[in-house]
Amino acid sequence: MIEMAALSAATGMHSALLMAVTIFVLSMLLGLEVITKVPTQLHTPLMSGSNAISGITIIGALLAAGAGGWLGGTFGMIAVAAAMINVVGGYLVTDRMLKMFGGRKRKGKGKGNGNA
Amino acid sequence: MPDWAIPIAYLVAAVLFVVALKRMSSPKTARLGNLLGAVGMAIAIVFTLLTRERDPLTGAAGTFIRDGGWAFILIGAVVGSAVGAFLALSVKMTGMPQMVAMFNGFGGLASGLVVFAEIWRRPAMAFDAAAFGGSLPGEVYYLVIAVALSTLIGWVTFTGSLIAFAKLQEFVVSGRPFTFPMQRLANFGLLGLTVVLIVLWAAFPAQRWLVIPIALLAAAAGVLFTIPIGGADMPVVISLLNSYSGLAACATGFVLQNPGLIIAGSLVGSSGIVLTRIMCVGMNRSLANVLFGAVGGVVAGGGDGEVKRHTSWTPQDAAIALNNASFVVIVPGYGMAVAQAQHAVKDLANLLEQRGVEVKFGIHEVAGRMPGHMNVLLAEAEVPYEKLMDRHETNNELDRADCVIVLGANDVVNPVARKDVASPIKGMPILDVDKAGTVMVIKRSLNPGFAGVDNELFYMDNTAMVFGDGKKTIQAITEAMKAS
Repeated sequence: MIEMAALSAATGMHSALLMAVTIFVLSMLLGLEVITKVPTQLHTPLMSGSNAISGITIIGALLAAGAGGWLGGTFGMIAVAAAMINVVGGYLVTDRMLKMFGGRKRKGKGKGNGNA
Repeated sequence: MPDWAIPIAYLVAAVLFVVALKRMSSPKTARLGNLLGAVGMAIAIVFTLLTRERDPLTGAAGTFIRDGGWAFILIGAVVGSAVGAFLALSVKMTGMPQMVAMFNGFGGLASGLVVFAEIWRRPAMAFDAAAFGGSLPGEVYYLVIAVALSTLIGWVTFTGSLIAFAKLQEFVVSGRPFTFPMQRLANFGLLGLTVVLIVLWAAFPAQRWLVIPIALLAAAAGVLFTIPIGGADMPVVISLLNSYSGLAACATGFVLQNPGLIIAGSLVGSSGIVLTRIMCVGMNRSLANVLFGAVGGVVAGGGDGEVKRHTSWTPQDAAIALNNASFVVIVPGYGMAVAQAQHAVKDLANLLEQRGVEVKFGIHEVAGRMPGHMNVLLAEAEVPYEKLMDRHETNNELDRADCVIVLGANDVVNPVARKDVASPIKGMPILDVDKAGTVMVIKRSLNPGFAGVDNELFYMDNTAMVFGDGKKTIQAITEAMKAS
């Protein structure tokens, strides 16, 4: 019985690991493909925007903090705070920058020469 | 709510992240993209909070939040959101590199802490071979290795980013790299020791305390690897740490077996890799050279004794030259950020344009302290992005430029990089400003740039030095032009 359980756990582990590695490799390739097309002038908002995305660790942080207990809860709570700084700060600061880049109205284009 | 709702929500979030990054390909679409990314994150957070787990005894499903979990979540979320919002709304555009460095660090810290909590959350029995009839299931080894890697990357990212932040904020002297004897040996020894501990833990998963020395060694490695790196190499370091913060989240995804984390983490990881590569190419240096080369230690001092002649102009001379120009290219560098001269530059550009002069900006990818640093500053000063040219565009246009204003840039315009002589910047792709009619360099002195290489541009026949503070000098030139 125990051996059977171990065996099924092992195969389950293998397929789970394989799936995770597959997702990882394909996402990396997708990322390389998409990011290569970002123009140099948007590289700073790209970095702050990806900061916000790396705040996805919030998922793990919420699960850890929610499970409670002094040790896990405390570490989870600090993790929630750190990840939330990334999420909230990252999206807000990126928006602030992108507003400057494209959001405002252009006053005429090219050479604006008011004097005739 | 059905069990499959949560994985679907993570998938939707991941798709929105990809859409957000895709829309970064143009300034016109980027802002809405960013908003969509934020919506994706909100979906991920809300559905995570709805996660239910089954009681192993009764089989009844209930929320995963227990034992005061709500309090921990609420306090963390409120504090984190407040701090994040405050930082994001108060930071000046010139302080953006520090800000990004700090955010990278928090990403790494969060991942490091999550896996730490995760490994201690499990009962000791889960790591006890006896409980499994003598041999642990493979799952445990997988878990331990994933936790170890996540800890390693997370803590390196955290402390490395803190050092990068301190350097950018100039809490520590950032101009010259900090080196000590046997530095490389110490760094690699540290890394080797960490790997040994990880292998050891993988061999004896029950020894969970090993995660603590692994975290401490990783934290030390982050400090030691970042400390020797000089200021102008910061664009590479920030990009690399950006990548690490994503990979840390990714490794956490392996620990939690959560595809949402793996996808989002890899996107950030690959983004950082792309930026790191662009920065390295922009300096014609390998990543290894940036990390271990400690370039910038040599200060040329008095030079080789040969007295070279340079031309020195007053702001009035500069104004005359600009009055006669029909196409002006402005090349900003870190000096513009230090002097906070972006608004003064915009005023000068406006005046020139009012007089029918075409003005464009030539931006080298490694100018400043982070990728895109100059672009953000000029965008803040409301310079339309159509006027900003990257290195290739700039070099195509420089031939027809009557006048180039180099403001606080140095190594990226040094013609010595094109020559076949030994120098730290040999082969670095530069902006060929010397091909323009006249080059005026606004700078405090003739001192060499970060790489410690004397700039041949300063002594060329078509170059004139306008000495002084970047902002004040630009303002003086603008005034002189208005007066004429």
